[in-house]
Amino acid sequence: MQRLNREAMAARVAKDIPEGAYVNLGIGLPTMVANFLPKEKDVFLQSENGLLGMGPAPADEDVDWDLINAGKQPVTLLAGGAYFHHGDSFAMMRGGHIDICVLGAFQVSVRGDLANWHTGAPDAIPAVGGAMDLAIGAKQVFVMMDLLTKTGESKLVETCTYPLTGLACVSRVYTDLAVFEVGPNGARVIEMVEGLTLDGLRELTKVPLEAA
Amino acid sequence: MINKIVTSMKEAVADLKDGASIMISGFGDAGSPHELIEAVIEHGATDLTIISNNAGAGENGIAALIKANRVRKVICSFPRQAASHHFDARYRAGEIELELVPQGNLAARIQAAGAGLGAIFTPTGYGTLLAEGKETREIDGRNYVLEYPIHADFALIKALSGDRWGNLVYRKVARNFGPIMAMAAKTTIVQVSEVVELGTLDPECIVTPGIFVNRLVRTAPQRAAIAA
Repeated sequence: MQRLNREAMAARVAKDIPEGAYVNLGIGLPTMVANFLPKEKDVFLQSENGLLGMGPAPADEDVDWDLINAGKQPVTLLAGGAYFHHGDSFAMMRGGHIDICVLGAFQVSVRGDLANWHTGAPDAIPAVGGAMDLAIGAKQVFVMMDLLTKTGESKLVETCTYPLTGLACVSRVYTDLAVFEVGPNGARVIEMVEGLTLDGLRELTKVPLEAA
Repeated sequence: MINKIVTSMKEAVADLKDGASIMISGFGDAGSPHELIEAVIEHGATDLTIISNNAGAGENGIAALIKANRVRKVICSFPRQAASHHFDARYRAGEIELELVPQGNLAARIQAAGAGLGAIFTPTGYGTLLAEGKETREIDGRNYVLEYPIHADFALIKALSGDRWGNLVYRKVARNFGPIMAMAAKTTIVQVSEVVELGTLDPECIVTPGIFVNRLVRTAPQRAAIAA
Protein backbone atom coordinates (compact mmCIF):
# COMPACT_ATOMS: atom_id res chain seq x y z
CA MET A 1 0.00 0.00 0.00
CA GLN A 2 1.60 3.23 -1.18
CA ARG A 3 0.45 6.38 0.63
CA LEU A 4 0.30 9.57 -1.39
CA ASN A 5 2.84 12.14 -0.29
CA ARG A 6 1.85 15.80 0.08
CA GLU A 7 2.76 16.68 -3.50
CA ALA A 8 0.71 13.79 -4.86
CA MET A 9 -2.25 14.80 -2.69
CA ALA A 10 -2.00 18.38 -3.92
CA ALA A 11 -1.78 17.19 -7.53
CA ARG A 12 -4.85 14.99 -7.00
CA VAL A 13 -6.92 17.92 -5.67
CA ALA A 14 -5.71 20.12 -8.54
CA LYS A 15 -7.03 17.57 -11.03
CA ASP A 16 -10.60 18.25 -9.80
CA ILE A 17 -10.39 22.04 -10.21
CA PRO A 18 -11.79 23.05 -13.60
CA GLU A 19 -10.70 25.99 -15.70
CA GLY A 20 -12.59 29.16 -14.81
CA ALA A 21 -13.14 28.19 -11.18
CA TYR A 22 -12.84 30.81 -8.45
CA VAL A 23 -10.85 29.06 -5.75
CA ASN A 24 -9.68 29.80 -2.23
CA LEU A 25 -6.83 27.67 -0.91
CA GLY A 26 -6.55 27.49 2.88
CA ILE A 27 -3.39 28.04 4.88
CA GLY A 28 -0.86 25.19 5.04
CA LEU A 29 -1.15 22.03 2.96
CA PRO A 30 -3.94 23.37 0.65
CA THR A 31 -1.63 26.22 -0.47
CA MET A 32 0.43 23.57 -2.29
CA VAL A 33 -2.45 22.85 -4.69
CA ALA A 34 -1.54 26.05 -6.56
CA ASN A 35 1.73 24.44 -7.69
CA PHE A 36 -0.18 21.76 -9.58
CA LEU A 37 -2.77 23.82 -11.43
CA PRO A 38 -2.00 23.67 -15.15
CA LYS A 39 -0.37 26.91 -16.25
CA GLU A 40 -2.24 27.06 -19.54
CA LYS A 41 -5.64 27.14 -17.80
CA ASP A 42 -7.16 30.18 -16.09
CA VAL A 43 -8.05 29.35 -12.49
CA PHE A 44 -8.78 32.36 -10.29
CA LEU A 45 -7.17 32.14 -6.86
CA GLN A 46 -8.76 34.30 -4.19
CA SER A 47 -7.01 35.27 -0.96
CA GLU A 48 -9.16 36.36 1.98
CA ASN A 49 -7.02 39.41 2.67
CA GLY A 50 -8.21 41.06 -0.52
CA LEU A 51 -6.90 39.75 -3.78
CA LEU A 52 -8.15 37.81 -6.74
CA GLY A 53 -5.81 36.53 -9.40
CA MET A 54 -3.08 35.53 -6.99
CA GLY A 55 0.17 34.42 -8.58
CA PRO A 56 3.16 32.44 -7.30
CA ALA A 57 5.74 33.57 -4.76
CA PRO A 58 8.00 36.37 -6.02
CA ALA A 59 11.77 36.29 -6.45
CA ASP A 60 13.50 37.50 -3.28
CA GLU A 61 14.25 40.92 -4.77
CA ASP A 62 10.59 41.42 -5.71
CA VAL A 63 9.09 40.73 -2.27
CA ASP A 64 6.50 43.37 -1.36
CA TRP A 65 5.04 43.10 2.17
CA ASP A 66 1.88 44.85 0.98
CA LEU A 67 1.30 41.85 -1.30
CA ILE A 68 0.87 38.77 0.88
CA ASN A 69 -1.49 35.81 1.09
CA ALA A 70 -3.69 34.67 3.97
CA GLY A 71 -0.70 32.84 5.45
CA LYS A 72 1.16 36.20 5.40
CA GLN A 73 3.67 34.94 2.83
CA PRO A 74 4.70 37.17 -0.11
CA VAL A 75 2.84 36.47 -3.36
CA THR A 76 2.35 38.15 -6.73
CA LEU A 77 -0.66 39.42 -8.65
CA LEU A 78 -1.35 38.10 -12.13
CA ALA A 79 -2.26 40.44 -14.98
CA GLY A 80 -6.00 40.90 -14.58
CA GLY A 81 -5.84 40.51 -10.81
CA ALA A 82 -7.66 42.84 -8.43
CA TYR A 83 -7.49 44.17 -4.88
CA PHE A 84 -10.54 44.75 -2.67
CA HIS A 85 -11.41 45.35 0.97
CA HIS A 86 -12.40 42.76 3.57
CA GLY A 87 -16.13 43.36 3.22
CA ASP A 88 -16.01 42.42 -0.44
CA SER A 89 -13.61 39.56 0.17
CA PHE A 90 -15.94 37.84 2.60
CA ALA A 91 -18.98 38.66 0.48
CA MET A 92 -17.25 36.57 -2.19
CA MET A 93 -17.29 33.65 0.24
CA ARG A 94 -20.54 34.11 2.12
CA GLY A 95 -22.38 35.17 -1.02
CA GLY A 96 -21.59 31.91 -2.79
CA HIS A 97 -19.27 33.40 -5.41
CA ILE A 98 -16.31 31.14 -4.62
CA ASP A 99 -16.68 27.85 -6.47
CA ILE A 100 -14.24 25.74 -4.48
CA CYS A 101 -12.29 26.15 -1.30
CA VAL A 102 -9.69 23.68 -0.12
CA LEU A 103 -9.17 23.43 3.63
CA GLY A 104 -7.20 21.36 6.07
CA ALA A 105 -9.05 19.60 8.89
CA PHE A 106 -8.73 17.92 12.27
CA GLN A 107 -11.88 15.89 11.56
CA VAL A 108 -14.59 15.55 8.93
CA SER A 109 -17.80 13.62 9.56
CA VAL A 110 -19.32 11.29 6.97
CA ARG A 111 -22.16 13.86 6.63
CA GLY A 112 -19.73 16.65 5.85
CA ASP A 113 -19.40 18.41 9.20
CA LEU A 114 -16.01 20.08 9.47
CA ALA A 115 -13.76 20.61 12.50
CA ASN A 116 -10.61 22.55 11.68
CA TRP A 117 -10.22 25.58 13.93
CA HIS A 118 -9.88 24.47 17.53
CA THR A 119 -8.78 21.32 19.31
CA GLY A 120 -10.93 22.24 22.27
CA ALA A 121 -7.92 21.89 24.57
CA PRO A 122 -8.53 24.16 27.59
CA ASP A 123 -5.09 25.80 27.36
CA ALA A 124 -5.28 26.45 23.60
CA ILE A 125 -5.65 30.04 22.45
CA PRO A 126 -8.50 29.85 19.94
CA ALA A 127 -8.11 31.45 16.51
CA VAL A 128 -10.64 31.07 13.72
CA GLY A 129 -9.70 33.49 10.95
CA GLY A 130 -11.77 32.95 7.82
CA ALA A 131 -12.33 29.21 8.24
CA MET A 132 -16.00 29.41 9.24
CA ASP A 133 -16.85 31.82 6.43
CA LEU A 134 -15.15 29.66 3.83
CA ALA A 135 -16.74 26.48 5.17
CA ILE A 136 -20.30 27.70 4.80
CA GLY A 137 -19.78 30.05 1.87
CA ALA A 138 -17.94 28.24 -0.91
CA LYS A 139 -20.11 26.24 -3.32
CA GLN A 140 -17.89 23.20 -2.77
CA VAL A 141 -15.60 22.58 0.17
CA PHE A 142 -12.76 20.15 -0.40
CA VAL A 143 -10.80 18.93 2.59
CA MET A 144 -7.22 17.82 2.24
CA MET A 145 -5.71 15.86 5.12
CA ASP A 146 -3.96 12.66 6.18
CA LEU A 147 -6.64 10.04 6.78
CA LEU A 148 -5.17 8.93 10.10
CA THR A 149 -3.71 10.82 13.02
CA LYS A 150 -0.17 10.06 14.13
CA THR A 151 -1.64 7.60 16.61
CA GLY A 152 -3.68 5.84 13.92
CA GLU A 153 -7.15 7.26 14.59
CA SER A 154 -9.31 8.08 11.60
CA LYS A 155 -9.93 11.77 10.94
CA LEU A 156 -12.94 10.79 8.87
CA VAL A 157 -15.47 10.13 11.64
CA GLU A 158 -19.15 9.44 12.22
CA THR A 159 -19.45 12.46 14.49
CA CYS A 160 -16.82 15.13 15.07
CA THR A 161 -15.54 15.34 18.62
CA TYR A 162 -13.58 18.56 18.06
CA PRO A 163 -15.48 21.89 18.00
CA LEU A 164 -17.17 22.39 14.63
CA THR A 165 -16.25 24.93 11.98
CA GLY A 166 -19.39 24.33 9.92
CA LEU A 167 -22.26 21.87 9.62
CA ALA A 168 -22.74 19.67 6.54
CA CYS A 169 -20.43 21.83 4.45
CA VAL A 170 -17.75 19.46 3.08
CA SER A 171 -18.34 17.67 -0.20
CA ARG A 172 -15.05 15.88 -0.81
CA VAL A 173 -12.17 14.62 1.33
CA TYR A 174 -8.76 14.05 -0.26
CA THR A 175 -6.42 11.98 1.86
CA ASP A 176 -3.15 10.12 1.54
CA LEU A 177 -5.04 6.80 1.29
CA ALA A 178 -8.33 7.53 -0.46
CA VAL A 179 -10.67 10.15 -1.86
CA PHE A 180 -14.16 10.33 -0.36
CA GLU A 181 -17.43 12.00 -1.18
CA VAL A 182 -19.30 12.98 2.01
CA GLY A 183 -22.78 14.37 2.54
CA PRO A 184 -26.37 13.58 3.53
CA ASN A 185 -26.02 10.01 2.27
CA GLY A 186 -22.84 9.30 4.18
CA ALA A 187 -19.35 8.62 2.87
CA ARG A 188 -18.58 7.02 -0.50
CA VAL A 189 -15.14 6.02 -1.66
CA ILE A 190 -14.21 7.54 -5.00
CA GLU A 191 -10.74 6.03 -5.20
CA MET A 192 -8.11 4.32 -3.08
CA VAL A 193 -4.36 3.90 -3.31
CA GLU A 194 -3.14 0.68 -4.85
CA GLY A 195 -3.18 -2.29 -2.52
CA LEU A 196 -5.98 -0.93 -0.32
CA THR A 197 -9.43 -2.57 -0.33
CA LEU A 198 -12.81 -1.18 0.71
CA ASP A 199 -12.82 -3.56 3.67
CA GLY A 200 -9.29 -2.50 4.58
CA LEU A 201 -10.41 1.13 4.48
CA ARG A 202 -13.47 0.34 6.63
CA GLU A 203 -11.17 -1.24 9.18
CA LEU A 204 -8.88 1.81 9.26
CA THR A 205 -11.66 4.39 9.48
CA LYS A 206 -14.29 2.43 11.45
CA VAL A 207 -17.00 4.37 9.64
CA PRO A 208 -19.64 3.07 7.21
CA LEU A 209 -18.28 3.38 3.67
CA GLU A 210 -19.86 2.62 0.30
CA ALA A 211 -18.12 2.37 -3.05
CA ALA A 212 -18.91 5.27 -5.35
CA MET B 1 -11.29 75.99 3.84
CA ILE B 2 -11.43 72.51 5.23
CA ASN B 3 -8.10 70.89 5.85
CA LYS B 4 -8.19 67.53 7.66
CA ILE B 5 -4.42 67.19 7.57
CA VAL B 6 -2.70 67.50 10.91
CA THR B 7 1.03 67.99 11.20
CA SER B 8 2.01 65.39 13.79
CA MET B 9 1.12 61.91 14.98
CA LYS B 10 0.78 63.38 18.48
CA GLU B 11 -1.84 65.86 17.35
CA ALA B 12 -3.65 63.15 15.38
CA VAL B 13 -4.39 61.09 18.51
CA ALA B 14 -4.60 63.93 21.05
CA ASP B 15 -8.28 63.35 21.92
CA LEU B 16 -7.98 59.65 22.79
CA LYS B 17 -9.46 58.75 26.15
CA ASP B 18 -8.92 55.92 28.61
CA GLY B 19 -11.43 53.15 27.97
CA ALA B 20 -11.83 54.00 24.27
CA SER B 21 -12.64 51.38 21.65
CA ILE B 22 -10.26 51.56 18.70
CA MET B 23 -10.42 49.82 15.34
CA ILE B 24 -7.00 49.20 13.84
CA SER B 25 -6.62 48.33 10.16
CA GLY B 26 -4.24 45.64 8.94
CA PHE B 27 -3.90 41.97 8.18
CA GLY B 28 -0.69 41.04 9.89
CA ASP B 29 1.66 43.95 9.21
CA ALA B 30 0.12 44.83 5.82
CA GLY B 31 -1.98 47.94 6.41
CA SER B 32 -1.17 48.23 10.11
CA PRO B 33 -0.75 51.91 11.12
CA HIS B 34 2.37 51.33 13.21
CA GLU B 35 3.23 55.04 13.53
CA LEU B 36 -0.25 55.95 14.82
CA ILE B 37 -0.09 53.06 17.29
CA GLU B 38 3.27 54.38 18.51
CA ALA B 39 1.56 57.73 19.06
CA VAL B 40 -1.18 56.03 21.10
CA ILE B 41 1.47 54.47 23.31
CA GLU B 42 3.13 57.87 23.81
CA HIS B 43 -0.27 59.46 24.48
CA GLY B 44 -0.76 57.12 27.43
CA ALA B 45 -4.43 56.15 26.96
CA THR B 46 -5.15 52.84 28.61
CA ASP B 47 -7.94 50.32 29.28
CA LEU B 48 -8.49 50.20 25.52
CA THR B 49 -10.63 47.81 23.50
CA ILE B 50 -8.89 46.94 20.24
CA ILE B 51 -10.85 45.73 17.22
CA SER B 52 -8.57 44.27 14.56
CA ASN B 53 -8.02 41.08 12.59
CA ASN B 54 -5.02 40.01 14.66
CA ALA B 55 -3.71 40.67 18.14
CA GLY B 56 -0.24 41.76 17.09
CA ALA B 57 2.95 39.87 16.38
CA GLY B 58 6.58 40.66 17.05
CA GLU B 59 7.34 43.89 18.91
CA ASN B 60 5.55 46.58 16.89
CA GLY B 61 1.99 47.72 16.25
CA ILE B 62 -0.72 46.11 18.37
CA ALA B 63 1.90 43.88 20.01
CA ALA B 64 3.64 46.99 21.36
CA LEU B 65 0.34 48.35 22.66
CA ILE B 66 -0.32 45.07 24.50
CA LYS B 67 3.26 44.96 25.78
CA ALA B 68 2.75 48.47 27.20
CA ASN B 69 -0.29 47.11 29.08
CA ARG B 70 -2.83 49.46 27.49
CA VAL B 71 -5.30 46.88 26.21
CA ARG B 72 -8.21 45.51 28.25
CA LYS B 73 -9.98 43.61 25.48
CA VAL B 74 -9.30 42.43 21.95
CA ILE B 75 -12.02 41.69 19.40
CA CYS B 76 -10.39 39.80 16.54
CA SER B 77 -10.48 36.69 14.35
CA PHE B 78 -6.94 35.38 14.60
CA PRO B 79 -5.00 36.25 17.76
CA ARG B 80 -2.63 33.28 17.70
CA GLN B 81 0.35 33.68 15.39
CA ALA B 82 3.96 32.56 15.32
CA ALA B 83 5.13 35.69 17.13
CA SER B 84 2.04 36.75 19.09
CA HIS B 85 3.88 36.24 22.40
CA HIS B 86 2.77 39.51 24.00
CA PHE B 87 -0.90 38.71 23.46
CA ASP B 88 -0.42 35.06 24.40
CA ALA B 89 1.24 35.90 27.72
CA ARG B 90 -1.43 38.40 28.81
CA TYR B 91 -4.24 36.15 27.66
CA ARG B 92 -2.90 33.17 29.56
CA ALA B 93 -2.43 35.36 32.63
CA GLY B 94 -6.10 36.38 32.39
CA GLU B 95 -5.11 40.03 31.93
CA ILE B 96 -6.77 40.52 28.56
CA GLU B 97 -10.26 39.65 27.41
CA LEU B 98 -10.74 38.06 23.98
CA GLU B 99 -13.87 38.15 21.83
CA LEU B 100 -13.14 35.77 18.97
CA VAL B 101 -15.13 36.57 15.83
CA PRO B 102 -14.99 34.73 12.49
CA GLN B 103 -13.21 37.03 10.06
CA GLY B 104 -16.19 37.52 7.75
CA ASN B 105 -18.50 38.24 10.67
CA LEU B 106 -15.95 40.75 11.94
CA ALA B 107 -16.04 42.48 8.55
CA ALA B 108 -19.83 42.28 8.29
CA ARG B 109 -20.39 43.60 11.81
CA ILE B 110 -18.02 46.50 11.14
CA GLN B 111 -19.85 47.19 7.88
CA ALA B 112 -23.20 47.02 9.67
CA ALA B 113 -22.00 49.70 12.08
CA GLY B 114 -20.80 51.91 9.24
CA ALA B 115 -24.03 51.44 7.31
CA GLY B 116 -26.31 52.13 10.26
CA LEU B 117 -27.85 48.67 10.47
CA GLY B 118 -29.26 47.44 13.78
CA ALA B 119 -28.01 43.87 13.36
CA ILE B 120 -27.34 41.24 10.73
CA PHE B 121 -28.25 37.59 10.22
CA THR B 122 -25.14 35.72 9.10
CA PRO B 123 -24.80 32.03 8.19
CA THR B 124 -21.19 31.97 9.40
CA GLY B 125 -20.71 30.22 12.70
CA TYR B 126 -24.17 28.64 12.87
CA GLY B 127 -24.06 25.49 14.98
CA THR B 128 -20.57 26.24 16.36
CA LEU B 129 -19.15 27.33 19.72
CA LEU B 130 -18.89 30.90 18.45
CA ALA B 131 -22.68 31.12 18.04
CA GLU B 132 -23.56 29.58 21.41
CA GLY B 133 -26.32 31.44 23.20
CA LYS B 134 -26.99 33.66 20.20
CA GLU B 135 -30.39 34.10 18.56
CA THR B 136 -30.80 32.13 15.33
CA ARG B 137 -33.37 32.17 12.55
CA GLU B 138 -34.19 30.03 9.56
CA ILE B 139 -34.69 32.14 6.45
CA ASP B 140 -35.59 30.47 3.16
CA GLY B 141 -34.38 27.12 4.46
CA ARG B 142 -31.00 28.33 5.65
CA ASN B 143 -29.89 28.91 9.24
CA TYR B 144 -28.52 32.26 10.38
CA VAL B 145 -27.09 33.75 13.57
CA LEU B 146 -28.04 37.20 14.81
CA GLU B 147 -24.94 39.36 15.21
CA TYR B 148 -24.74 43.00 16.28
CA PRO B 149 -22.72 45.80 14.74
CA ILE B 150 -19.27 46.65 16.08
CA HIS B 151 -18.88 50.38 16.59
CA ALA B 152 -15.76 52.14 17.76
CA ASP B 153 -14.78 55.50 19.19
CA PHE B 154 -11.76 55.68 16.91
CA ALA B 155 -10.39 53.98 13.81
CA LEU B 156 -6.65 54.09 13.09
CA ILE B 157 -5.99 53.36 9.45
CA LYS B 158 -3.06 53.17 7.08
CA ALA B 159 -3.56 54.32 3.50
CA LEU B 160 -1.21 55.21 0.67
CA SER B 161 -2.38 58.67 -0.42
CA GLY B 162 -4.89 61.20 0.79
CA ASP B 163 -5.92 64.80 0.20
CA ARG B 164 -7.06 67.54 2.57
CA TRP B 165 -10.71 66.49 2.24
CA GLY B 166 -9.80 63.01 3.45
CA ASN B 167 -10.20 61.07 0.20
CA LEU B 168 -8.05 57.96 0.28
CA VAL B 169 -6.44 55.32 -1.88
CA TYR B 170 -4.67 52.30 -0.45
CA ARG B 171 -1.75 50.11 -1.53
CA LYS B 172 -2.31 46.50 -2.64
CA VAL B 173 -3.62 44.20 0.12
CA ALA B 174 -2.75 46.80 2.77
CA ARG B 175 -6.30 47.98 1.98
CA ASN B 176 -7.93 45.06 3.89
CA PHE B 177 -10.03 46.46 6.78
CA GLY B 178 -9.23 50.15 6.15
CA PRO B 179 -12.24 51.18 4.04
CA ILE B 180 -14.82 49.46 6.26
CA MET B 181 -13.30 50.57 9.57
CA ALA B 182 -13.16 54.17 8.31
CA MET B 183 -16.96 54.01 8.06
CA ALA B 184 -17.61 52.48 11.48
CA ALA B 185 -15.83 54.75 13.95
CA LYS B 186 -16.91 58.06 15.46
CA THR B 187 -13.47 59.49 14.68
CA THR B 188 -11.35 58.09 11.85
CA ILE B 189 -7.66 58.92 11.86
CA VAL B 190 -5.54 57.97 8.87
CA GLN B 191 -1.80 57.83 8.31
CA VAL B 192 -0.78 58.23 4.69
CA SER B 193 2.55 57.96 2.92
CA GLU B 194 1.77 60.96 0.78
CA VAL B 195 -0.53 63.94 0.79
CA VAL B 196 -1.74 65.07 -2.60
CA GLU B 197 -3.52 68.18 -3.87
CA LEU B 198 -7.30 68.12 -4.19
CA GLY B 199 -8.21 66.77 -7.61
CA THR B 200 -5.10 64.63 -7.93
CA LEU B 201 -6.81 61.39 -6.89
CA ASP B 202 -8.91 60.04 -9.74
CA PRO B 203 -12.54 60.33 -8.54
CA GLU B 204 -13.28 57.02 -10.31
CA CYS B 205 -10.65 55.32 -8.17
CA ILE B 206 -11.05 56.90 -4.73
CA VAL B 207 -11.60 53.98 -2.37
CA THR B 208 -12.60 55.87 0.78
CA PRO B 209 -14.43 59.16 0.15
CA GLY B 210 -13.48 61.92 2.60
CA ILE B 211 -16.86 61.85 4.39
CA PHE B 212 -15.56 58.85 6.36
CA VAL B 213 -12.29 60.50 7.41
CA ASN B 214 -11.78 63.03 10.19
CA ARG B 215 -8.02 63.44 10.26
CA LEU B 216 -4.96 62.57 8.17
CA VAL B 217 -1.33 62.65 9.05
CA ARG B 218 1.63 61.96 6.79
CA THR B 219 4.27 59.42 7.78
CA ALA B 220 7.07 59.31 5.23
CA PRO B 221 8.80 62.51 4.11
CA GLN B 222 6.94 63.96 1.14
CA ARG B 223 8.54 62.94 -2.12
CA ALA B 224 9.01 65.53 -4.81
CA ALA B 225 6.29 65.33 -7.43
CA ILE B 226 7.36 63.02 -10.22
CA ALA B 227 6.92 64.50 -13.63
CA ALA B 228 4.96 62.22 -15.94
